Amino acid sequence: MSPVTRHHILSVLVENKPGVLARVSGLFARRGFNIFSLAVAPTDDPTRSRITIVVDVESAPLEQITKQLDKLINVLQIDELAPIDAVERELMIVTVAVSAESKPELLSLTEEYSGAVLDESGDRITVSLGGTPEALDAFTSRMGAAVVAYQRTGRIALPRII
Amino acid sequence: MKTNGGAALIKALELEGVDVIFGLPGGAILPVYDPIIDSPIRHILVRHEQGAGHMAEGYAHATGRPGVAMVTSGPAATNIITPLADAYMDSVPMVVITGQVGTAGIGTDAFQEVDTVGITRSVTKHNELVTNAADIPRIVREAFHIATTGRPGPVLIDIPKDLVDPSNPNSALDWYWPDSVDLAGYNPRLDGDPALIKDAAQLIIAAERPVIYAGGGILKARAAEPLLALAELLDIPVVTTLMARGTMPDDHPLCLGMPGMHGNYTAVTAMQESDLLIALGSRFDDRVTGKIDAFAASAKIIHVDIDPAELGKVRRPDVGITGDCRLVINELITALKQIGAPEVQPDRSSWKSTISGWQEKYPLTYVQSEPGDLLKPQYVLEQLRDNTPDDCIVASGVGQHQMWTAQYWKFNHPYTWINSGGLGTMGFAVPAAIGAKVGRPDRMVWAVDGDGCFQMTAQELVTAAAERIPVKIAILNNAYLGMVRQWQEMFYEERYSEVYLSPDLPDYKMWAESMGCVGMRVEAPEDVLPAIQRANEVDDRPVVIDFRTDAREKVFPMVPAGKSNSDIVVGPEDER
Repeated sequence: MSPVTRHHILSVLVENKPGVLARVSGLFARRGFNIFSLAVAPTDDPTRSRITIVVDVESAPLEQITKQLDKLINVLQIDELAPIDAVERELMIVTVAVSAESKPELLSLTEEYSGAVLDESGDRITVSLGGTPEALDAFTSRMGAAVVAYQRTGRIALPRII
Repeated sequence: MKTNGGAALIKALELEGVDVIFGLPGGAILPVYDPIIDSPIRHILVRHEQGAGHMAEGYAHATGRPGVAMVTSGPAATNIITPLADAYMDSVPMVVITGQVGTAGIGTDAFQEVDTVGITRSVTKHNELVTNAADIPRIVREAFHIATTGRPGPVLIDIPKDLVDPSNPNSALDWYWPDSVDLAGYNPRLDGDPALIKDAAQLIIAAERPVIYAGGGILKARAAEPLLALAELLDIPVVTTLMARGTMPDDHPLCLGMPGMHGNYTAVTAMQESDLLIALGSRFDDRVTGKIDAFAASAKIIHVDIDPAELGKVRRPDVGITGDCRLVINELITALKQIGAPEVQPDRSSWKSTISGWQEKYPLTYVQSEPGDLLKPQYVLEQLRDNTPDDCIVASGVGQHQMWTAQYWKFNHPYTWINSGGLGTMGFAVPAAIGAKVGRPDRMVWAVDGDGCFQMTAQELVTAAAERIPVKIAILNNAYLGMVRQWQEMFYEERYSEVYLSPDLPDYKMWAESMGCVGMRVEAPEDVLPAIQRANEVDDRPVVIDFRTDAREKVFPMVPAGKSNSDIVVGPEDER
């Protein structure tokens, strides 16, 4: 499942306080916009967090939403990152059903994607993979029906160094 | 100096210049009510928390200073949500303090606990749950700063009981008062971008059919004087929206009055036919624009607002300027003079004569009642308007009476008209009028109310009587939820569903008297003026006059919902 072409990445620098995420997500919910993915964590300054939001919406309503976001007292800065101007990464852990025959194939694919085995028992293996969202999409699609479960973090992004 | 959270809160309010708190105590806020006894701040004990909120709004509307309300947790907090939403919609500066259960009880479904900051997040400009008593002075300082600067609005402070209770060690703090406010994420832009000001000036000086579309932001920015100067510089007509009535004197020849769904023909049509709309502190509300695609279709748009999110929200401006209306209008005047105003400008005489032609052809009209019939509401308003001081403050509820007041009153001074525009809160008038009178005791304050509205908040007249706040209430009693009745008559084939209220139940005169007010009932046109005169002479208690009005009377003109402003229905004879 990959974001369609309308997707936009917002990188929102906020105060690291209770309730700030609810304020931000509430603005999207109020307008009926679905947040495609969301990643939140403190920055190098522990009083601030960075929220990376991927949202599937056309530009005009997005402009209104970013203006409304900017009105939140706890929001310090908003950057809309065009995919071409940003570096993006996402982390995934995925549990795959394996047989004696398919296991070597999984291990070599995991290595190809610079992943690591986290857990295994009998006919299941859990691996972690970091990469571009597209790379993670490619990995899961190559695994196909063997995927038992996976969890992705949602993408994080920073502007490219110019 | 060692102190506690409750004492610190009251001291902080004093330092913010608060002279009155509208409130009602209860469990969680109890400790804060003790230091109030020794504070110079006046506390007005309301009968319902919604009343406290609307009083704070009325006070803010009339004075420009932030209104303050204080209530307890749980149901008190939920009761004040309507005023918060109202203040948020109409950009009213207000600070609401709610008690909260003690920090240890939060999240346990404690008695009278609700998630107040969660519930009020979308109807406040900002809110804050205090988690440490030492934060109280700073948070109060920030709350007043946020409420009163930029686009004003309501701010809520939710304070757990243990942080204000001197017997609890959690309430201890060393007193301090911040010199300034440091909010990295909050920097409203005040002055306009000089390049955009120049662009706007060029559009204005070249326009052949310009109209100034003045909104409530003019009042918030204290910009009535520069607005008048701008209009007079180039003889540009001005429409004043529901929230802006009084910004431009109705007596002024350039003032066209109110536009919108129940605006007058000239104001509506001048906007519709204009080639340039200069929107100042207005927000292209659906009640002003009618069908948006058909609104002022050939007009270019200059939009000035302190809230950048308003620019392009509804209609994309040709020039959008973020800034404070007072500053930006003055900057516009300077820029216009630099490019030759008022000498350089196109000949606008045909636009002026077109407008005056509309004014002559389509004045507001109604037909006076036949002897023995019920009063015409417009007649009552004319009598009230003509027999009260020019600077009388008028508050209203929401519905037909509100529209008739906005239409028929002559507002010649800013801050004399107080109503609920954006949220449309029935029951606003009585408490808002009380708050206005508290803020401006030197002014006569009338509320024009509907019978439906009056029944929603009338209990606050007990507050007014007990506190000797002599407001005057004119109920236009047509025994119906009149505006709903009007829509059912016009758009639901006269199928009247749940709109009849009865003229006599309750007996408004007896009800008023039981609340410590002077009560009167007026049924005949010749009794209208004597009743108003008698009410004007009462200055030690509230007065309520029950004017029996004709339920068949409808508000005209009207642009039916969803229709283009060009489809304005001028009067009953114009209905299809």
